Amino acid sequence: MSVKRLIDRRKICVCAGSGGVGKTTVSAAIALGMAADGLKVAVVTIDPARRLANSLGLPELGNREVQVDPERFQAAGLEVRGELWAMMLDAKRTFDDLVEKYAPDERSRQAVLGNRIYQELSNAVAGSQEYMAMEKLYELHEGGHYDLIVLDTPPSRNALDFLDAPERLARFIDSRSLQFFLAPGRRGLKIFGRGTGLVFSILKRVTGIDLLQDLSEFFQSFGDMAEGINARAARVNALLASRQTTFVLVTTPQIDSVEEAVYFRRRLAERRLPFSGIVVNRVHDDPGDAGAEGVEDDLGELLGDELGRKVARNFDDYRALAERDRESLQRLRKEIGAKPLVLVPYLDDDVYDLAGLERMNEHLFAAGAAA
Amino acid sequence: MPRLLDKRLIFVTGKGGVGKSTVSAAIGLAGARAGKRTIICEVAQQERVSRAFKREGVGYEETELSPGLSAISIDPQRALEEYLRVQVGSKALFNILFQNRFFQYFAAAAPGARELVTIGKIWELAQLERPWTSAKTRYDLVVVDAPATGHGLGILRTPRTFRDIARVGPIRRQADKIDSFVRDPARTGVVVVALPEEMPVNETLDFRRDLKKEMGLAIDAIVVNALYPERFSGPEAERLAKANGKLDAMAQAALKAALSEHNRARAQRVQLRRLKREAQSVSTLPFLFEPELGLEDFDRLSRGLERRL
Repeated sequence: MSVKRLIDRRKICVCAGSGGVGKTTVSAAIALGMAADGLKVAVVTIDPARRLANSLGLPELGNREVQVDPERFQAAGLEVRGELWAMMLDAKRTFDDLVEKYAPDERSRQAVLGNRIYQELSNAVAGSQEYMAMEKLYELHEGGHYDLIVLDTPPSRNALDFLDAPERLARFIDSRSLQFFLAPGRRGLKIFGRGTGLVFSILKRVTGIDLLQDLSEFFQSFGDMAEGINARAARVNALLASRQTTFVLVTTPQIDSVEEAVYFRRRLAERRLPFSGIVVNRVHDDPGDAGAEGVEDDLGELLGDELGRKVARNFDDYRALAERDRESLQRLRKEIGAKPLVLVPYLDDDVYDLAGLERMNEHLFAAGAAA
Repeated sequence: MPRLLDKRLIFVTGKGGVGKSTVSAAIGLAGARAGKRTIICEVAQQERVSRAFKREGVGYEETELSPGLSAISIDPQRALEEYLRVQVGSKALFNILFQNRFFQYFAAAAPGARELVTIGKIWELAQLERPWTSAKTRYDLVVVDAPATGHGLGILRTPRTFRDIARVGPIRRQADKIDSFVRDPARTGVVVVALPEEMPVNETLDFRRDLKKEMGLAIDAIVVNALYPERFSGPEAERLAKANGKLDAMAQAALKAALSEHNRARAQRVQLRRLKREAQSVSTLPFLFEPELGLEDFDRLSRGLERRL
């Protein structure tokens, strides 16, 4: 089984899974493999850590896509018929761009960008990455410059955040209605009635009056942009659920990663999001469960007793892990039914450059790696 | 500067999948053995530590896992409720605010709100007089099984951000308290867990730089997890590579497994050396060839670790 069949001419491939399973590497490898096949591919990471740049040997990825220099492919001995572009999400810049796009006029634009709360929030707060990742994905897709966009996501509990991101953004904007509490003028009172003053005074007790005024300004500065941003969040959701998108889960055979993959798979099903299969990374070769009693003697004859014994002990440990892997694969197969598993063996070295990605692709894009 | 275990809060972070929960559990056990009332705080809703001890998550209840060692899984929504209840004072008023639909939207969606109440609750657990709850339990040591490096740093930084946003008032005062607590190396320690591989090592070094830059904090300890044993010497590995004889499939597989493990163990040592050249206070934990780690494994790792912390 090749991941090519998982992607099956879709425009967006979202790679999700728990931390440390090799998601960034698998995303980059899939993007490279599809580019080698002739497509123009962009790979996007929203991981706050700078890993993708590492994988592609790029010094730093900005908020714009950068083409991986074809000479790098040549130097690594790869034949790439298409193009590979890469970017790392800069949440702050993406948020600014969004404001630029939806501000009705220069004055509102300046009001938002210059708002202190906006600056602090869009800059520094954990979690804004997820909000903006979906926005960037949508923007790239709308731009129409790529045959395929591969999205690498943060670890899966956070990846659930990113699935929720468009809706949460919409709700946050919606809570601008709070401004009626915050500055209860005639409009606010008309809508919310007399309770308004009470909620306002409770909030004041929690936050202090100054913060309330700042918040009020913040929401007012968002003013007319809210509708545009809300509509956009709805379109992002629609795109994720459409036939243009596919979700590929990445896991290792480790038990907690497998549990995460199963959990994530169920969440995708609940949301009716398109799921095409699971990449299982770092699978130990399965020597089968035939007896290994003779191994120590055979090896002892060949290598001498001491070394033979060491190899046999090592093999005992190895088989324990291979057996766990076998059970994990069974569990995954049972869980996903007819959907495919693509297996990548536990490679001897870790993968962090183009040559490594290519080694991984011998398995990701193998015709015979069906499981 | 107090020893790591004598601090009040230990924040355990690292790249995804490196074994943060395992190391948090090991540090928690070491704390309890040292006679400290210790609580492990799980924040990612995965409850790996408490599941390993109790086979079920503990949820948002401070629950004893073993003598002297408790755990809690932080639910930001519940923590926010606790905080607001204290701030608002009256139960009736609290209900009015909390049941307000727009307030709910705002609190759920405001960027950083969840992170703020999460670090706020962690801080609360580390106070000898517990300000948000009527709980009488006091903890000498709070060990946080924190999110991966990027988010982990974000959580540590959040109080400062909100402190700056609020300028004055109750939020400012609260954020200030939390911020000065987590920035105080006498009270807060940071442990980074890594694997001896290229990217986790890079991420550890990046995190160290960012932690210094953004929090003015140094890493107290780096724990390199899952280090393979060096079973074979160089000459032995050469003999394995050259071994040429009639072997059945099993013996062939054994030979291959020995060679690939040797290669991995060697590649790991290269990364470990690189990390040690760049950073101090690096200790290691062995790879355990177990399908799934159990209590006795945590205990083993904990005893190995405590001598070096």
